[in-house]
Amino acid sequence: MKMLIKGGDVVNPEKMNVEQLDIKVESGVITAIGNNLPVEGAQVVEADGKLVCPGLIDMHVHLREPGYEHKETIATGTKAAAQGGFTAVACMPNTNPVADNASIIRHILERSEAEGVVKVYPIAAITKGSKGDELTEMADLKSAGAVALSDDGIPVASAAVMRRAMQYANMLNLPVIPHCEDKDLVGGGVMHEGFQSTVLGLPGIPAAAEEVMVARDIILAETTGCKLHIAHVSTAGSVELVRQAKRRGVNVTCEVTPHHFTLTDEEVTGYNTNTKVNPPLRSSADVLAIKEGLADGTIDVIATDHAPHSEEEKAVEYQYAPFGLVGLETAVGLVFTELVSKGILTAPEAIAKLSLNPARVLGIKAGKLMVGETADITIIDPGAKEVINPAHLAGKSKNTPFNGRELKGLPVMTLVNGKIVMRDRRVTG
Amino acid sequence: MDVAKEKAQILDENGIRRTLTRIAHEIIEKNKGVENVALVGIRRRGVPLAERLAQRIKEIEGTEVPVGTLDITLYRDDLTTLSQQPQVHQTKVNFPLGDKTIVLVDDVLFTGRTARAALDALIDLGRPKSIQFMVMVDRGHRELPIRADYVGKNLPTSKKEVVSVQLKDIDNEDKVVITELPD
Amino acid sequence: MSLQSKHMLGLQHVSDEDIITILNTANAMKDIIKRKIKKVPTLRGRTVVTLFYENSTRTKTSFDLAGKYLSADTVGLSASSSSVQKGESLIDTARTVEAMGADVVVLRHPAAGSSKMLAENINCSVINAGDGVHEHPTQALLDMFTISEHKKDFKGLKVTIVGDILHSRVARSNIWGLTKLGAEVSVVGPATMLPPKMEKMGVKVYTNMEEALAGADVVNVLRIQLERQKQGLFPSLREYSRLYGINQERLALLKDDAIILHPGPMNRGVEIVSRVADSSQAVIEEQVTNGVAVRMALLYLLTGGEKVEDVN
Repeated sequence: MKMLIKGGDVVNPEKMNVEQLDIKVESGVITAIGNNLPVEGAQVVEADGKLVCPGLIDMHVHLREPGYEHKETIATGTKAAAQGGFTAVACMPNTNPVADNASIIRHILERSEAEGVVKVYPIAAITKGSKGDELTEMADLKSAGAVALSDDGIPVASAAVMRRAMQYANMLNLPVIPHCEDKDLVGGGVMHEGFQSTVLGLPGIPAAAEEVMVARDIILAETTGCKLHIAHVSTAGSVELVRQAKRRGVNVTCEVTPHHFTLTDEEVTGYNTNTKVNPPLRSSADVLAIKEGLADGTIDVIATDHAPHSEEEKAVEYQYAPFGLVGLETAVGLVFTELVSKGILTAPEAIAKLSLNPARVLGIKAGKLMVGETADITIIDPGAKEVINPAHLAGKSKNTPFNGRELKGLPVMTLVNGKIVMRDRRVTG
Repeated sequence: MDVAKEKAQILDENGIRRTLTRIAHEIIEKNKGVENVALVGIRRRGVPLAERLAQRIKEIEGTEVPVGTLDITLYRDDLTTLSQQPQVHQTKVNFPLGDKTIVLVDDVLFTGRTARAALDALIDLGRPKSIQFMVMVDRGHRELPIRADYVGKNLPTSKKEVVSVQLKDIDNEDKVVITELPD
Repeated sequence: MSLQSKHMLGLQHVSDEDIITILNTANAMKDIIKRKIKKVPTLRGRTVVTLFYENSTRTKTSFDLAGKYLSADTVGLSASSSSVQKGESLIDTARTVEAMGADVVVLRHPAAGSSKMLAENINCSVINAGDGVHEHPTQALLDMFTISEHKKDFKGLKVTIVGDILHSRVARSNIWGLTKLGAEVSVVGPATMLPPKMEKMGVKVYTNMEEALAGADVVNVLRIQLERQKQGLFPSLREYSRLYGINQERLALLKDDAIILHPGPMNRGVEIVSRVADSSQAVIEEQVTNGVAVRMALLYLLTGGEKVEDVN
């Protein structure tokens, strides 16, 4: 099976440039990159005017399997990923049971092999049962295929436990991805603490609840040498803490979600539970600081924190609804509409934060289009427009806060191992 | 709102004054004096009419009769059908009703539904000895078995017409006119 | 004369004209409460259901009586005695009540935004009787009605709200309503009980009681929830009382004709001393009567039909 992707603007996130080139794919591998490559009986994909990118990686996804299959499964979650232009996702360990031992990691990998539309990289828990006490068998988890460690959703409260986890993970060269949240400071908070929470009468989550933990984990990473990747930063203070740490040479990276660079806490007016997310939608000043952080490179990665919940779970009072929203299907469109079109990031910079940078954080061989590499490729049409309709999302749950928003710049083809899994916004894999 | 066309003037200022003087005499005559008589005007135009009647009675008999104000909004029988709830005003009847003959005063008697509501409203305030009813104009078209004891003017009308009693206190002018609603 | 909305969810989005209409109507309604025959036939055949997910005998009784005085049938449903205990959702419970013929649902619920959610999901009128710490519009309206009986005009009137502003839906609704009518509103309380950025609601924010009370025409004293001490929001009732309790010395800081409001029930000796609570300046009992009048006014104004009024 041969394929020729013809005349596209090939994005190189390492050199930060775009060049019009043809790419030839044979048996799932890139065999040639150059000008005017001969067709030689290959299936031709016309990519004129489109961006041909290394396969995008969403390093922060909740696939919900095992345990919460009514929200999402590996099959449906990877379909959502394919629709969104992602060729790989890293899935968080807060499943039921928690991904805290090798057998569950193997189970996830086997299920992904059998039913996944895109590649799945499991992230394991930092502590057993994510209870914040005993460390998981990190070496065993790594052997089984875990690419990182995270306490996403259930933060490690104890600084002592976190310090030991970083020491141990560093020994194994596993990145630690903390969900930075001081639960005491959160209290019963359900949205950003500010004027909007005051008006709506909803308990607020102060920015400090995130920032004290970002500061703690940076200090611990600095002293342990552990590779630290801070999940979903949402406040100006967090961005500044990471910026300063990077200046000091701390081995730290961080990510932001599309909803945190697009929406503010004003969205909560009206009590739409699809705006309830953790960390919460912040103030406009925070959104501005996040965009600055993206532009100056403080924020390395854009990840969705795709967190599906069923319609029934979200159709309750705001305070009782679960945190989380889906993001896989809409991420690229938001990146192009909110960041690339508005001149905050160039297309190669944006693609780097969606491919090469997450690959580097997770230590996986991906993120570059080179001869000899696996043909994981995403084609984006920067002119394509679409109005978000929850009914058209490929994942199982439809809890998006972006209903009705128009996006410009959309993934139009996703190739995994040279196979087309999404074409013209429809999942084919 | 459509502007209704004025068709005919029935009474002018002098007409209204003479009519009220006559009715004042009738009230005194019918009740053999006004010792236990009180007037209650139905909002809105019944109120100035009641006050003027009381003034005439005082001029004739030298006796002040108590005057009250009745708001019948909460007693209307069409509230469940109206999209705009009419504004509720205060009812002011500051005298005991128990031993009194109450003369209810209103501007126009039409279907009789306002009078029915007024009777209910009044009885919820106490138990008068008797109730009499005075209107400036009786225009016919009754939907309930109600009649007035004192009538300023009987005025046969069509249902399309509107009878409007205008009083200086509210409308800057004293007159009674018939207008016609546009089709 | 009906209001702009068929629901009363909060005062934030109610116009000043509507507030004035409600207060004027309440004035007429109050006369009915004072009569021997405390009943008018206005809402005959209408059904008012009070759906209470929090205990509040006071508010529930006030709505019950308001409905009865207007001849509506009133039925109460409390969370402890209903299918709520069996895990039924708020929307399903309300739809059930509606299917049984309710015209108005009065909701008291611990979650902010719950009455709005209800209004979006059922056809009958919804009155918010307190949703979390969001709004409690009928309490604010009765406070305003009480103030209007003692003060000529809201314009320039200095109103100080004292206490746990952070957890007070009463404070929020009062702020929206009073500022719409031109009052100058201040809030005062310990820093731990002041919500962030409240000054953007158009009020002055104080932690010093003496500064906040100086020259006030009206003081609205909020009830301090004793469990807030356990949550670490203030050190002790003794210290709270010392810093924020209304006593006779503090009474002297107000205008001579100032009035004292309290939504009740009072913690005597904590947020208010008895000599103030029982003084001639306290209008706390009037507030209770006025609560029924305001709720009658709302029930009347929110339950219109469809037809346009005839002439003559």
